[in-house]
Amino acid sequence: MRACGVGDTGDREHQGEQLLLALVADLDSGFAELVRAHERVVYSVALRLSSRPADAEDLAAEAFLRAYRALRGYDAERIASLRLRPWLLTILRNAARNAARDAARRPAPPPGFEPAEQLTRGPSVEHSVEEQVEQDDLGRRLGAVLAQLPEAQRVAVVLRHVVGLPTSEVAEVLGCPDGTAKSHISRGLHRLRALLTEQPSDGLLAGRTVK
Amino acid sequence: MMGNDLDSITGALADLTAPAAPGLAERIFGSWLAAPSRLGAAFVAFTGAGVQFVRSAESVRGDAAAFADAYRDRFGRPLRPADRAPAGLLGALRGTSAASLQLDLRGLSDFERDVLTATSRIPAGQTRPYGWVAREAGRPRAVRAVGTVLARNPVPLLVPCHRVVRADGLLGDYMFGSAHKEQLLRAEQGNVDEVAALARQGVHFVGSDTTGVVCFPTCPHARRITLAHRHGFRTVGAAIASGYRPCRHCLPAPTGG
Repeated sequence: MRACGVGDTGDREHQGEQLLLALVADLDSGFAELVRAHERVVYSVALRLSSRPADAEDLAAEAFLRAYRALRGYDAERIASLRLRPWLLTILRNAARNAARDAARRPAPPPGFEPAEQLTRGPSVEHSVEEQVEQDDLGRRLGAVLAQLPEAQRVAVVLRHVVGLPTSEVAEVLGCPDGTAKSHISRGLHRLRALLTEQPSDGLLAGRTVK
Repeated sequence: MMGNDLDSITGALADLTAPAAPGLAERIFGSWLAAPSRLGAAFVAFTGAGVQFVRSAESVRGDAAAFADAYRDRFGRPLRPADRAPAGLLGALRGTSAASLQLDLRGLSDFERDVLTATSRIPAGQTRPYGWVAREAGRPRAVRAVGTVLARNPVPLLVPCHRVVRADGLLGDYMFGSAHKEQLLRAEQGNVDEVAALARQGVHFVGSDTTGVVCFPTCPHARRITLAHRHGFRTVGAAIASGYRPCRHCLPAPTGG
């Protein structure tokens, strides 16, 4: 599994501690380090929790600003005890729910869900063009069917499999026991498979012919 | 080969990881710098959308940290030092030109924005009473509220709140002190002494009997009326009653200013 922002666990914990110390020492420059360390994870999740890439940037920025405003009110002890990544992703999830609620109150957004396939990885040398096309198509369809999952399942699947969080952190973000998080992840994956099978496009999961 | 199985789905999910959005940090952080202004050194904070906050160094006793704290309290954003000034800022601070300058007024109420927009239409060297701004902002009765908004003007000098004065001809308060208000107006070639002298005689509007137009005394059309043709009025209503019409340039109104 490739997972962004997740290196060797011990290393990451060390970096996390350094970051917390930096936040305590000087909030603004520490926060610049925090953004650098976590922007990729936060933005990757934001992309999957919002319907358009432009919204994802707004959402990610909003989550970081909420985090900053919260940190301003925390004392050193509280900052030092934070588990930054699940804490940030919890804020992101709440911001996404608020944005979705606000959007539901406004007139319908323009139709035509366009997942951000151009923002996923570009072609890489290990893959043939055909494999890349195949992957991009599956990625695009996945982006679309992810949006059809119930919110908790979508968040669980994205956290576990898009950005590679351990189940314990997924549970922390969802605010539920580990077992419940596992079941959200598993149900979400099965639902994704069912949705992909129901809606065969160019084949892939329904037996595509490769020329 | 892709199969109809969970492994290929989890593999494809891992591929949905995005690179970081290039402009994300810019949307989060404000940038700050110190620059020369008409009131000496000034601290300025801005975002990608424009200038957000200006304070004279003097007003925070030269302390950049105090400026940064005031910014964070007000805007809830982290600050980082700027590499360069946004387009038009340095000229606008010196008072030479504000043409290309963008302001970031997000977070203000519609009324606050309307007050600042009306204020920014007052030309250099001229003044308008608070009631004029209230009317131009679409809330003619909200005269005191205009004073409150301007006392908190996030971008003084750039939005010239020093050009908004009391209806009785006194200059009134200024966030950096009324002495600086007078200094700025004099530097813009404002006719401060003439306006004060007229006010002592109860004159707040000036009309020309050749054009039949009545103006604020700081209006260029009022300033070029020769003494023989110049008539003073306490109110615009009195001028209208004498057959004058309000100037289309400085827009004095029959009520409130």
